[in-house]
Amino acid sequence: MTTAQLTLKNPLWPYRLIPGRIGYELRGYARQGDTVFFTFLFPVLMYSLFAVIFSGEISPSTALGEPPVAGQPVISMATYYLPGLVAAGMLLSGLQNLAIDIAHDKHGGRLKLLAATPMSPITYLAGKLGQVLVTAVGQLVVLLAVARFGFGAELPTDPQLWLRFTWVFFGGLMASAMLGIALSAVPRSSRSASAVVIPIVLVLQFLSGVYIPNFQLPAAVQAVAGFFPLAWLAQGMRSVFLPDGFAAVESGGSWNLPAVALVMAAWLVAGALVARFTFRWVRRNA
Amino acid sequence: MRSAAGQAEAMTPSPALRTKGLQKRYGDLEVVKTLDLEIEQGETFALLGPNGAGKSTTVEMLEGFRHRSGGEVEVLGVDPEHGDRVWRSRLGIVLQDLPEREAMHSFTVREQLSEQARYYPQARRVSEVIDLVGLGPKASSRIGTLSGGQRRRLDVALAIVGRPELLFLDEPTTGFDPEARREFWTLIRSLASSGTTIVLTTHYLDEAEQLADRVGIIVAGSLRELGPPATIGGAASRTPVVTWTDEYGSHERRTDEPAKLVAALRDQAGGEPHHLQIRRPNLEDVYLSLLNRTGNAKVASSGANPNQTANPNQTASVEPNEPLLEATA
Repeated sequence: MTTAQLTLKNPLWPYRLIPGRIGYELRGYARQGDTVFFTFLFPVLMYSLFAVIFSGEISPSTALGEPPVAGQPVISMATYYLPGLVAAGMLLSGLQNLAIDIAHDKHGGRLKLLAATPMSPITYLAGKLGQVLVTAVGQLVVLLAVARFGFGAELPTDPQLWLRFTWVFFGGLMASAMLGIALSAVPRSSRSASAVVIPIVLVLQFLSGVYIPNFQLPAAVQAVAGFFPLAWLAQGMRSVFLPDGFAAVESGGSWNLPAVALVMAAWLVAGALVARFTFRWVRRNA
Repeated sequence: MRSAAGQAEAMTPSPALRTKGLQKRYGDLEVVKTLDLEIEQGETFALLGPNGAGKSTTVEMLEGFRHRSGGEVEVLGVDPEHGDRVWRSRLGIVLQDLPEREAMHSFTVREQLSEQARYYPQARRVSEVIDLVGLGPKASSRIGTLSGGQRRRLDVALAIVGRPELLFLDEPTTGFDPEARREFWTLIRSLASSGTTIVLTTHYLDEAEQLADRVGIIVAGSLRELGPPATIGGAASRTPVVTWTDEYGSHERRTDEPAKLVAALRDQAGGEPHHLQIRRPNLEDVYLSLLNRTGNAKVASSGANPNQTANPNQTASVEPNEPLLEATA
């Protein structure tokens, strides 16, 4: 066996290629004008829109349509909308981005081209996950900066809250990315990829308290949204960005973080399992 | 065999590729029927046949992209269904041209090749490959801006950057203009002379004649002819054909003594026979007569209409003309 073959036989070989692959994916991402707009900048634009349109302030009791109560925390609508759009960004960077991107790779013949090389699917998928991670963090930084400096939104200062933010953000992002890989199996052509994926993501955002405040959604809608991950991601993020008094506005009357973690983990596992069984370089029986 | 000659003396070389009774069925439909084939190391082999004959299905089974229904296959000594990374690294594959490939469009030629080269332990130098396929002036251009011919050369560049021992080319020049096709042939010849085994499918008979050491003609899933392009079909099929016209209409006669026949015609007519032509059948004539004999006259003649050959070998397009075939088999 030659040294070249030994290099390939090394089980670490697929992992060594990952950093370079992430760089390649990021370059491809940045050069696609439409993804930069609809995935990367979209939450920032929507946030700016809501922050401009819905000026004013709310407290837990005014949110529920009751008279203001002295001593309750009062926040601007710009602060209120921030956690919802952070959650929306996680869904866009993970699910929407990967579902469309991988469907394009599949129907554009790129997966078959890769199948013809010694590259492992591990390298390919890790490249995609790395791309999601980097772009999602970049998007978050832009969104927080615009919220803080453009619209005076308040950001938490308590390190405990940032710790909570970390697990909700990265856990939720990975669940969203796994669901994206799973959903990429659905579109039947490159052209239909956006048409299949974007409406799902858009409807979820309306149902899950991203565009329409959660306290204005009918209980039935909230119940339906509760089956999907976005509502829980938004709830987890509200627990980070909103004062504790707003927990009373949630449908269950509390932040219910154990449920947030559980739903997130369940979707992550489900997405990973579906991805495991649907993702193929090539369909050999086609 | 050319470049493998040195090794051949040291030991009997194992073939680059070998199939025995290779079969592909979809339900009752036999797309490939018991194909036996051996391709030597260093050989350039062309697989010919009409749309739906089973060419691409065969090649995809050899490439490990399709399960076979039966038979044995060894490609570089490995069963393609169980090919690992090491096996993959020894193959180069140029797929049939793809209609949409936006995914790669935002990268430059050099970027895409550099990325591809990383996957191979013994990759060629990217600049060397770019020069070899003649894309030097386009090295820094985005792939989306390349012409069809340039993109096809990039496909070859991507397939050879890993220094493959065996290169598959599935209809590499479909849609090329004649000049681009000739440039492409030069590229393939230089790869062949460096010792790469090449397996090519094509609709262009002149292409096979120009490039291949041997050709195989596959019709309705069976290999009908196999041999060097100059002798395929047997000596009889190369018998010269004399055609001419007189007051009774046009005539065609096959003869081993065409000069004698022409002299006789001139004496008979008392002058020059009209529309006189003497032709020695080439590969294309042999191919067409083979298809006519087997009732499969629907065939793309070389260079006539590239569009006609755009999307062959989808399993759905296999035409069941078995009864006619059985009669002549």
